Amino acid sequence: MEDRGYTFVEHEKPLRYEEDGHTVTRGSAWTGPGCHLGCGVLLHTDEHGKLVKVEGDRENPFNHGRLCPRCLALPEVVNHEDRLTHPLKRARADRGKDAWERISWDEAYELIADTFLALRDEYGPECVTFWQGTGRDIAPWITRLAWSFGSPNYTVALSGTACYAPRIAGCRVSSGSFWLGDYSQQFADRYDNPQWRVPGMILIWGNNPVVSNSDGLYGHWVTDCMKRGSKIIVVDPKRTWLASKSEVFLQLRPGTDAALAMGMLNVMITEGIYDQDFVSRWCYGFDELAERVSTFTPERVEEITWVPADKVREAARAFAAADSAIVQWGVAVDMTKETLPAGQAISALFEITGNVDNPGGMIAPPSILYYAAGWGRELIPEEFRQEKKIGNDVYPLFKAAMGPASTDETINTLETGKPYKLRAGWLQTTNPLACTGPDPKRTLAALNTLEFIVVVDLFMTPTAMALADVVLPACTFPERDGIRVGDGVQRGESINKVTTIGECKSDMEINLELGKRFNADAWPWESVEDMFTFILKDTGMTFPELQEHAPAYLPFTYKKYEKGLMRADGQPGFETGTGRIELWSTLYSMVGLDPLPYFEEPVPGPVSTPDAYETYPLVLTTGARQVGLFHSEHRQVPHLRALHPDPIIEMHPTTAARFGLEEGDWAWVENERGRAKRRVRTTNALDPRVCSTDHAWWRPEAPAALEDGLFDLWNMNINQLITWTPGKSGLGSNYKTLLCRVYKVEEGEEQ
Amino acid sequence: MTQYGILVDYEWCSGCRACEVACQMEHNLPPERFGVVVTPVGPWQIEGERWQHAFVPTFTDECTLCARRTSAGKLPSCVHHCQAAVLTYGPVDELATRLAEKPRQLLVCPC
Repeated sequence: MEDRGYTFVEHEKPLRYEEDGHTVTRGSAWTGPGCHLGCGVLLHTDEHGKLVKVEGDRENPFNHGRLCPRCLALPEVVNHEDRLTHPLKRARADRGKDAWERISWDEAYELIADTFLALRDEYGPECVTFWQGTGRDIAPWITRLAWSFGSPNYTVALSGTACYAPRIAGCRVSSGSFWLGDYSQQFADRYDNPQWRVPGMILIWGNNPVVSNSDGLYGHWVTDCMKRGSKIIVVDPKRTWLASKSEVFLQLRPGTDAALAMGMLNVMITEGIYDQDFVSRWCYGFDELAERVSTFTPERVEEITWVPADKVREAARAFAAADSAIVQWGVAVDMTKETLPAGQAISALFEITGNVDNPGGMIAPPSILYYAAGWGRELIPEEFRQEKKIGNDVYPLFKAAMGPASTDETINTLETGKPYKLRAGWLQTTNPLACTGPDPKRTLAALNTLEFIVVVDLFMTPTAMALADVVLPACTFPERDGIRVGDGVQRGESINKVTTIGECKSDMEINLELGKRFNADAWPWESVEDMFTFILKDTGMTFPELQEHAPAYLPFTYKKYEKGLMRADGQPGFETGTGRIELWSTLYSMVGLDPLPYFEEPVPGPVSTPDAYETYPLVLTTGARQVGLFHSEHRQVPHLRALHPDPIIEMHPTTAARFGLEEGDWAWVENERGRAKRRVRTTNALDPRVCSTDHAWWRPEAPAALEDGLFDLWNMNINQLITWTPGKSGLGSNYKTLLCRVYKVEEGEEQ
Repeated sequence: MTQYGILVDYEWCSGCRACEVACQMEHNLPPERFGVVVTPVGPWQIEGERWQHAFVPTFTDECTLCARRTSAGKLPSCVHHCQAAVLTYGPVDELATRLAEKPRQLLVCPC
């Protein structure tokens, strides 16, 4: 093992040891089931190799032994009687019917490879569309599978790529890097590290970290920092528990984030409380930004956002005054239609205050594999990728800066056959009919035009039941080896196999084995272990060495832009056209987008569609995260489902009374497009004009077949109220800003 | 014999319910039975910006303070896994000293 400057943690015990009649194996908890983290865990297996218990690894600095309910209940997921345990096939004419035939892996691979390769020969590789979801370890493996097959059309199964990608793309366009809050997660000694500083202020914007654990953030690092002195500001339509602990709580109208951020910028610039030295040395386009936000006075912002003007001022001043500050932003920023200008305004808050690569501020995360760009783009000719990737002709930003195809345009292409017909689909780690896809009936019909569909998942999902011709059973993480190259600050972590369920294979094993049949040169490894060792080459460790020594912390330094470490040419500054952080974006300007942040009223909404607001008099925001559930997963897991047995709609008690509803009632939540059932929960945490609901509901216990209701999907799925409508850039979509009415479910309509 | 208990700093309990599930898994309890239950208290407005908004773990008669774990030198499973790190296990007299150090705490001896 070579020394590449990594830092390690001392282990009291070996990788595997015996305790209390169990074998205990150390490792990282990364997927499936889905998660964005990879906490240190101790997996207990019995003498039969069955996973019987999961404990947090107190030696692992990431979580210090702590775990959320999803890992604690993991044995119920892994050993669940409904797991897919062997490959299945079904005649295309039987799509939607519970009419599966068990087949061997060899037959499955042969059927898939023969079909995909025949289609490639006849129509070109672009006729196969590859869809991924979120949270399960997938990005490197599906991008390599798609590109090695020759198709530029990998995509994520939601409108406007509205999850993380807009924030990443926006940051990379304006500064050449992505930026994460510095909670000391890059250091093995964490809060004791002498270089680190407790963040003075954490601005929590559009996420609830202690519930959601998103984007590589262990949510309770926020409370760890608060105990050490950090103050917080919370921007959320709902008074979360953290909001009640904040210095300033900005309870905004959903979808008005850009206006609020521009109001805060207005205050900082008007009062001269930004970091003038940092701006003059490292930023580009400040005067244009100042001009743009000049009309966003706190009073005007109050009208738009419903946040009192004085609170806008107070938040801006508190953020600017902090010695170091984090913007802890979440998916709500992505899930508004004009997400890029919103994200641009929010990131300008940390940029003009100089909270850039500073201790306790925002840091450029080190990576082992920069997975967000995919793995193996060199495998597909760039000219072909640019010419054929769906959406490139409609959204110049997708052509200039985005790896995936536009999903919205993929839906259009499925329906119209233009610019060319898509023939086959590979859906891995994704459940678009229940979870991420707007307008699920349209999504179903669009995908149903494909001649051949493969779904890879842990359980029989509504998507697999409705659409798949072949289903492949994927492993949970205790069933497979792996490396954790995912969200957040990457560190060397290994996922270690401890158990076997049926004939399940890991996602990466499936893609390696199938990839060899598509393009053997692109997959030269004998085993996944060899493939991991190849990816780890810059760490100086082989995969088995990493297993022994993980977690391994990468070398890290602050203020990389001063040291020439951010740019390919080694000069100080940022990897942008101007070498500076571009508050006025040259790239947006080049692709015909507004180079500055702006606010557009969400549509529909109380301001943009007043007539609709009369019929549908509540603002609805969807996607509230719930403890124990990861998106559409975990509904069949007893101890987790019990934490949150039904989908809920939260509303103020006066709102419930206004619509004749009481706590615990089943209600229809409806707009002109459709309706979904929700159980009413009343709370003072919401503005009486706003209601909030969770997403991704289906009932695994309900009849499976399409004609029998597809696991009760059409009663449960709130995305029936949502359309495939991205923002001008092709990024962003209105998952978080809808209008609705609510009324009681009548007798006989109950579950 | 030294009496042991758990000090709960409920000022920082985030309501994540890790303690509930950790306990159920450790003791093979079905979903409807608990050794510890997290209860929301609020939110309601007290005055101005002051709101009552808390979560409080309550220990039940099923709690054994994880005698089997502690005899092996480990912490009770709820204490080990508590995400907000608000649970401290120890001799009651030591915990009582810490109880006096800050408000919004509970000292419990479930067994």
